[in-house]
Amino acid sequence: MKDRPMVPRADFRSYYGRPIVRPAVWHHDIAAYLFTGGLAAGSAMLAAGGDATGRPALRRAGRVTALGALVASTYFLVNDLGRPERFHHMLRVAKPTSPMSMGTWILSGFGAFAGAAAVAEAAPLLPRPLGRLLGPVGTAGQYAAAVTAPALATYTAVLLADTATPSWHAAYPELPFVFAGSALASGAGVGLIAAPPRESAPARRMAVLGAAMELYGAHRVETSKGILSEPYTQGRPGKLLRAGRTLTALGTAGALLGRRSRVVSALSGAALLAASLATRFGIFEGGIASAEDPKYTVVPQRERLAQRQQQHKQG
Amino acid sequence: MGANSLYGPLDPAPDAGYVDAPPRMGFFTDTSVCIGCKACEVACKEWNGVPDDGFNLLGHSYDNTGGLSANSWRAVAFIEQPAVVPAGPVDALAEAAAGRSDALAEAGCGGAGTTREPEFLGMPGTDLPGRTPDAPRTDFRWLMMSNVCKHCTHAGCLDVCPTGALFRTEFGTVVVQEDVCNGCGYCIPACPYGVIDQRKDDGRAWKCTLCYDRIGDGLTPACAQACPTQSIQYGELDELRARAAERVEKLKDQGARLYGHDPDDGVGGDGAFFLLLDEPEVYGLPPDPIVATRDLPAMWKRAGLAGLAMAAAVAVSFLGGRR
Repeated sequence: MKDRPMVPRADFRSYYGRPIVRPAVWHHDIAAYLFTGGLAAGSAMLAAGGDATGRPALRRAGRVTALGALVASTYFLVNDLGRPERFHHMLRVAKPTSPMSMGTWILSGFGAFAGAAAVAEAAPLLPRPLGRLLGPVGTAGQYAAAVTAPALATYTAVLLADTATPSWHAAYPELPFVFAGSALASGAGVGLIAAPPRESAPARRMAVLGAAMELYGAHRVETSKGILSEPYTQGRPGKLLRAGRTLTALGTAGALLGRRSRVVSALSGAALLAASLATRFGIFEGGIASAEDPKYTVVPQRERLAQRQQQHKQG
Repeated sequence: MGANSLYGPLDPAPDAGYVDAPPRMGFFTDTSVCIGCKACEVACKEWNGVPDDGFNLLGHSYDNTGGLSANSWRAVAFIEQPAVVPAGPVDALAEAAAGRSDALAEAGCGGAGTTREPEFLGMPGTDLPGRTPDAPRTDFRWLMMSNVCKHCTHAGCLDVCPTGALFRTEFGTVVVQEDVCNGCGYCIPACPYGVIDQRKDDGRAWKCTLCYDRIGDGLTPACAQACPTQSIQYGELDELRARAAERVEKLKDQGARLYGHDPDDGVGGDGAFFLLLDEPEVYGLPPDPIVATRDLPAMWKRAGLAGLAMAAAVAVSFLGGRR
């Protein structure tokens, strides 16, 4: 028998076209959280880098944004629960097989650290002994937050991928890079908006590196998953991801070319933030779309079965 | 955690920490004898106090339930398929007299017929009136299946639940504790069968409990108890598997196949498995489900790599020059 590459079957059978797996019931709160969680992580890293290299504007903007994004994240997460008053049930267990449980603890730890760092920004306004005490606490919190930040930025990719949602699960190798890159780019965006040109060079480099990671990851997700890439290229998710890519390109170009202009820098920063937001919503909605059509469940599973049968025959 | 805690064959109750766990209990749903009466749906609702699912006309044959949901823990699927009947009418009574006990089932399902010429014995036939060997009528076959939570060996819903609301019982089944669930919704996309669901006006996740409150007292789950044809069979999983192997052997000429019985499948085998007469996707079941958690170690590895790349990117950004 001749070996032929598997051709995806154009037709498939289903039960009255009804979905097989259930789409996530999460509202756009969760898509928004993907953005704010990443923003908190990127900003915390910006703050730590800024403080370590003597750039107070980056430190201040990073610390304050990290706390703001963290508060927004907490709101989105609690608001999305079916029983918001039971949010603390998340703290009953720590469960390694549940990315959401791990994320709860990552976010809680990060929250304490980033909170301390942001409150320390108010030290000069406080009476001296208290202010003196707060400074070192803030610095410690800032570095602890920066160490926790990569986990905060990437666990959300595992959260989405560890589901039966076909296009999220298939994207698991690259999704963490999309989210890490997106978090870096949004953190860099904050730096570009807040810092004067003499301080903003690291933010520009962060923007370029973050954009590169995000674009690489998104390109792989949109092209290398066969039929499961489709939901990311069509309809609203496709539009959102294309918008994200365009805004990332614009923001990065602006960050590189507009380094003397405060206005161009700020606009570039805003473009990077908008890009991150669009990308997160695109990935979120692409996954939902893949769960709503039984094609994306049946066809890849049939291919997998056919491959296994062929291997069985040969082996 | 054992070697197969995330994937592969496993006895789930001892793996979950039960000492001296009772035998694993489950359902074998034999769709070849389902008559679509929906007694299982009704019994489940009555026993478990499950609210109505809306009263809709879906246009999906006789299925107005529309599959499993937070408010339907048993759901009967109806599929009307064209089927070519055998050339001659099958006289079930004559077949039975000749010692073929499966004739009735075969006649009902439009399977392999007999080549023998019919003989009129002066008895009422089981065939359609007016059908003669020289004027065969096209017929359809009606597939019916009572779907239910699979109580997987490796349950995606249970793996991802962040509150511990979902737990493994001593019988190897998977149950939600309604006083713990906070409605995070993670279990819902995690189920490879699309079973567990959020109740809209309540916010929490609900699904079949395999009547945990009945089986603990030695009773049969409500659906199996109410099933008039024993299409739904409840018992020790090992026994059910043996029974199913025999049954599928008998019906293999009619395209019967087992679904969810294999401990080597993508979810480590189901606690509730089926005998089907067509491909799983025809009934709304995934043809080759896998538990997403199988890939969890690989996923965390990729996330760790991305996190390191992120830290390296920040370091490079800040160690560079002033420009």
